[in-house]
Amino acid sequence: MNKVRAKINEKQQRVLNVYFTAGHPTLDGIPNIAEGLQEAGVDLIELGMPYSDPLADGLTIQKSSEVALKNGMNLKHLFDQVKQATSSIEIPIILMGYYNQLIQFGMDRFLDMATTAGVSGLIIPDLPMFEYEAKFQKTFEDRNLGMSFLISPMTSDERIMQAGKLSSGFLYMVSQSSITGKTQDISQEQLAYFDKVNNMGVEAPRLIGFGIHNNETFETACKYSNGAIVGSSFIRALEKDASKAGIKTFVSSILNG
Amino acid sequence: MSEVKTRVESDLISLKHPDERGYYGEFGGAYIPEMLFANVEQLRLIYQEVIDDPAFQAEYKSLLRDFVGRPSPLYLAKRLSEIYGTNVWLKREDLNHTGAHKINNTVGQILIAKRLGKKRIIAETGAGQHGVATATVCALMGLECFVYMGAVDIERQAPNVARMNMLGATVIPAESGSKTLKDATNEAIRDWINNAETTHYIIGSAIGPHPYPDMVTQLQAIVSEEISYQLTEQTGKEHPDYVVACVGGGSNAAGAFYHFLDDKRVKLILAEAAGKGIDSGHSAATSILGSKGIIHGCMTLLMQDPDGQIIEPYSLSAGLDYPGIGPLHANLITSGRAKVYAATDDEAMQAVFELSKVEGIIPALETAHALAILSRIGATKDEHVVVCLSGRGDKDLNTYMNYENIKDQVH
Ligand SMILES: Cc1ncc(COP(=O)(O)O)c(C=O)c1O
Repeated sequence: MNKVRAKINEKQQRVLNVYFTAGHPTLDGIPNIAEGLQEAGVDLIELGMPYSDPLADGLTIQKSSEVALKNGMNLKHLFDQVKQATSSIEIPIILMGYYNQLIQFGMDRFLDMATTAGVSGLIIPDLPMFEYEAKFQKTFEDRNLGMSFLISPMTSDERIMQAGKLSSGFLYMVSQSSITGKTQDISQEQLAYFDKVNNMGVEAPRLIGFGIHNNETFETACKYSNGAIVGSSFIRALEKDASKAGIKTFVSSILNG
Repeated sequence: MSEVKTRVESDLISLKHPDERGYYGEFGGAYIPEMLFANVEQLRLIYQEVIDDPAFQAEYKSLLRDFVGRPSPLYLAKRLSEIYGTNVWLKREDLNHTGAHKINNTVGQILIAKRLGKKRIIAETGAGQHGVATATVCALMGLECFVYMGAVDIERQAPNVARMNMLGATVIPAESGSKTLKDATNEAIRDWINNAETTHYIIGSAIGPHPYPDMVTQLQAIVSEEISYQLTEQTGKEHPDYVVACVGGGSNAAGAFYHFLDDKRVKLILAEAAGKGIDSGHSAATSILGSKGIIHGCMTLLMQDPDGQIIEPYSLSAGLDYPGIGPLHANLITSGRAKVYAATDDEAMQAVFELSKVEGIIPALETAHALAILSRIGATKDEHVVVCLSGRGDKDLNTYMNYENIKDQVH
């Protein structure tokens, strides 16, 4: 079993997955931030591969990607940094990026370097499920990479089940029909959607992401799933303080309020 | 065996339409985040049925006639023909209401949006022609309209910004990246994700996730439908020898080519923007500088670095300043069915002044790229070349008046 699924199975509840963009705020910060997250009690790390045109992302992640690219981040450097990080931490690192980055780098080369660097999972929001099934599912399984597909409140029940089946890591439940970085409270409609999916008997464990930005939203998400993903609010915190102490303070504010 | 081929059978050998998943050869498809899937799927399921519905066709055609002013003339440009030693015909899309071919598509898509029950319309725009065409049909139908436009383009296409405002649309500047068409498209897609249930996104070119390239192509196909009979009426000829069009995302080219795509006797020529020159580092010549990858939801040719980061293009002409090309065109180019030439800013500007002086027609800067390559295509005296005169130059007057001062700038 891949490390992502194993970690979620072991913990079952209140799984905290924290996202940050590789190369932001500084080019070589990945090992230190990853260690800081592990020490602060985070279960999974989602590392964004900065992209010039991140369609699903709001301003915070867009800006962090711009900074990262200006800092000189590229995929080779990213893998070097991830390799350093995985030698000192044990929690899984999941890479999140856009399909074009993988295509252009070369899928086999990308997967080889990711596996060598100790990457445990992938999230590619614009890779269609049928293309994954036809072209990549077997390679991913052979390499023990946990794949995670997204669903949103507009996803049909049939597709939710299919995404759950294909997600060998976890099913990524986008909390609302929006791009990343919203900071509203969770609405009744969202709760109804969480509740519906919670009762569908989906194959994969589920994490809720997009708009999870404080203890209140984290606790709500955990009531309806195995845990949650925090992204934009951590990036804003890193901009103020990227030290291990700063990371600890942030993670504690999510876990404990 | 029956003599009449079914639609599906004939489409298998046709270059006109993609397969069921939206692929033209290896290009096309729908590479979109899940948050857009439901909307794009809804459109995919109904677009062909709506377009084929006689009631839709009746409304679409009557608006094209009475509101847009179609058919647009096919005009033999005699003095230009003398200069280039061939018969040059101008398909006068510049005479359409709002001044370009873009309105053919927006009239069709607003009718589709109404069928979908959408109340809010968004669009991206480069030169502002698609933005104006969208704002126009929204005014016509009483729908709310938001147009994303790169901050750089807002500056260089000021008259069109004023028009959109007068038509009741809200123009939202895109401040990311190169602040041009690519970035406006990103912002429009993000808006659509945020407002998926209420909103229809009227894409302005033959780009985007399936079914957009095919839908936009079919809504622009009226251009070649008219060329086909107009040329026969005026010359007795069954078909032109060449059809030439400029290409940004590819909608005017798709429309001008459509009825000739499977007729190998017709040579199809695309003119793309070389900007300051193909090797200058300031260019938008996608077919030469691009490679296969994904932009704005479709697999196609685009300008990118080895890590797949999209490269910011450059052209003086806002409508061609785009790092990708439609998947239909990517397939036509890589299969050899269409040939591409690139024209620089300077060459396009010369073509603007030439057409103005010898024919009394001031073309849009985008369109001028198609005129600028006429000497290179090899057409002979007895052949007939149809150029899609995609738009008029009113919006570009500032650029035309100040070219001597701005020609050394890049954005
Ligand atoms: C007059 C004119 N021609 C051509 C274009 C390029 O677009 P397309 O390649 O979709 O025809 C534009 C785009 O703004 C335009 O305004």
